[in-house]
Amino acid sequence: MNKEKKRELLLPGDIIEEEDCRPGRGTYKKERNIYASKLGVKTFRSGYVNIAAQRGRYDPNRGDKVIGTVTDLNPSIWMVDINAAFSAILHVNDVPWRVEFGDTISYIDVGDAILVKISNVDELKKVQIRMDEEGLRKLNSGQIIEIAPSQVPRVIGRKGSMITMLKNYTGCRIFVGQNGRIWIDGDLEGQYIAVKAVQMIEEKAQAVGLTDAVKEFLKNETGKDFDQEE
Amino acid sequence: MKEIISKITKEYLYRLIKDGKRIDSRDMYEHRELKIQSNWIGAAEGSARVKLGDTDVVVGIKMDVGEPFPDTPDKGVVITSAELIPMASPNYESGPPREDATELARVVDRGIREGNVVDATKLCIEEGEKVWLIFIDMHILDFDGNLFDACGIGAMSALMNTMVPAEKFDLGEDYPLPIDHVVVPTTFSKIRDQILLDARLEEERISDTRLTVSTNENGNIVAMQKGLSGVFSYDEIRECIKKSKEIGEELRGRLANTSEEKI
Amino acid sequence: MGMDSDIKLIDENGLRLDGRKFDELREIKIEAGVLQRADGSAYLTWGENKVMAAVYGPRELHPRHAQNPSKAVVQARYNMAAFSVSDRKRPGPDRRSVEISKLISEALEEIVFVEQFPRAAVDVFIEVLEASAGTRCAALTAASVALADAGIPMSDMIASCAAGKIDGHVVLDLGQKEDNFGEADVPLAIVPRTDKVTLLQMDGDLTTEEFDKAMELAVGACKEIYEIQRDALKRRYSTSLEGYEDFEEDE
Repeated sequence: MNKEKKRELLLPGDIIEEEDCRPGRGTYKKERNIYASKLGVKTFRSGYVNIAAQRGRYDPNRGDKVIGTVTDLNPSIWMVDINAAFSAILHVNDVPWRVEFGDTISYIDVGDAILVKISNVDELKKVQIRMDEEGLRKLNSGQIIEIAPSQVPRVIGRKGSMITMLKNYTGCRIFVGQNGRIWIDGDLEGQYIAVKAVQMIEEKAQAVGLTDAVKEFLKNETGKDFDQEE
Repeated sequence: MKEIISKITKEYLYRLIKDGKRIDSRDMYEHRELKIQSNWIGAAEGSARVKLGDTDVVVGIKMDVGEPFPDTPDKGVVITSAELIPMASPNYESGPPREDATELARVVDRGIREGNVVDATKLCIEEGEKVWLIFIDMHILDFDGNLFDACGIGAMSALMNTMVPAEKFDLGEDYPLPIDHVVVPTTFSKIRDQILLDARLEEERISDTRLTVSTNENGNIVAMQKGLSGVFSYDEIRECIKKSKEIGEELRGRLANTSEEKI
Repeated sequence: MGMDSDIKLIDENGLRLDGRKFDELREIKIEAGVLQRADGSAYLTWGENKVMAAVYGPRELHPRHAQNPSKAVVQARYNMAAFSVSDRKRPGPDRRSVEISKLISEALEEIVFVEQFPRAAVDVFIEVLEASAGTRCAALTAASVALADAGIPMSDMIASCAAGKIDGHVVLDLGQKEDNFGEADVPLAIVPRTDKVTLLQMDGDLTTEEFDKAMELAVGACKEIYEIQRDALKRRYSTSLEGYEDFEEDE
């Protein structure tokens, strides 16, 4: 298939002219046809045709790593905002500590940011998250910024190229949650530049030449040049 | 869903500001980009749309003929209202105006009233019987902080292009509303010990306190409002007033000619 | 409808007060994604009408007892700004805006996949900033674009337009004076792709033949408006797709 066609923006109700595909995310089937149900472009994976939504809130997927902010707690659970339609639930059994009933507040408080994994999404769209696997944790320093979930692949870049570049130049630790929240930690100057770079990635309409433009920006801001080493 | 800002992000914003930086690289006393489109609403007697960064407001003026208040029989009446409509923020709800909207409307109203922007005696049609009523309605479309300045500038601009609808009430030909003074507000936020102008939403949400100073073209102060629970020192207040005059001058220059601007 | 008047709404050349032909729309322009805080938005001008629509959601519906355990609730709020009309409108809902809000909510619920979001609300806020006849059609047309802009899963889009009768003739898209002094008004909304009617009101006096003609005119206009809606969304987001294949998750 040619690229022109692939890039076409589909709108809700637009027919997806593909044969031998099953309807995936962002699509629906009616009679014999598959239609887009969201604004986006079509992608293919494992025999499914999907619409990669260009807009909208985060749609939780089991296995996704996301960044949440705690909004409420009770003796046995924390309610966590993950930028989706509903708050997710973190149960005391799903954290790396043994928490006594009623002692949740000593471990994670309202306003804390946490890096978690979606463990289940039920039919009622109730989302459960867990924090008891390697790499998942409470985020004690740095900051969280938010981008549209559809822009996450841009910030990561092909095979992680963009994110690696950001980390190298700014010296920051960076984690991009699938829900569009990005954690950035490092010295003040590094964080400041990293935030600017992410905004640049989000705002730049064209992806063509984006990597070079961001690299140029990072070189100018940090005075570093990693091209020799590459 | 209420928007929430994590503790670590707040702490970063504090550190950044302490280091003399703002998230959008502005100077401490620098406004965001200001766009004013006057005469935006044809059905209104006067109007303006103001964009201050991503804060987006519409101010419309309607005029009517009514009775004066008994204690001011020779003066017209200005009625200012603000609606924080749920379109503008996930935190706004439908229903009657909340405290915030009332404070906003009253602060804008005070600048216009006490600043004698419109000489109220010129709005008298028949003493004790008939005067002009001026309704200033402020509609918030998109909320990204500092509604005081956006609405105050919008109200001033809208008044400056208001045509008095005399013909509609058999009072002769329509004529431009006479404007005696040009009053503009400037709002300062204090975050820990740093003071900055025109806070955007993130900055507003970590502000300890806030000061709005409205000045006129003579460099005099005509209205002030200190909001939120934090405190200012005497010197900080004097500094805000000084800056307010400078910035006010610049804004009055902008207001003098807005009809060509498009948003 | 039907204020008595000697005003002539169609001249000897068959043209209307604003120079339009009987089947001609006023100029319509739409911009998508104009507000930052909302999940989706659209700004629409339709003749002198100015309408802003914003969508929030899907999000948790408050109060909790209003939640539906099997689907999302689409709540549209149609509101006219105080300065939007010739005589200042008192702020807040009146009977007319409550009715219009209800009809718009119901029309939109038809296209939103509400069953995907049990317990949630999809809030649609519509502000009429300037009104000059046909605001409910303008509102629904803008709301549909704002919903798509918000990435809400939906089966289709909705376009809306009115037709009516003035000086004994069936015409498209009544203007303010035509609305005041005309004989009938028929606001209609359809799903352009499937040719299904999602909103219909009528007031005035029409023969069944005249109604058929009015519906035919309005349907034709809805299809034109649908293209304007599509164009607004494509203009807003097509550029951000350039180079998209760089990041695509192909097999």
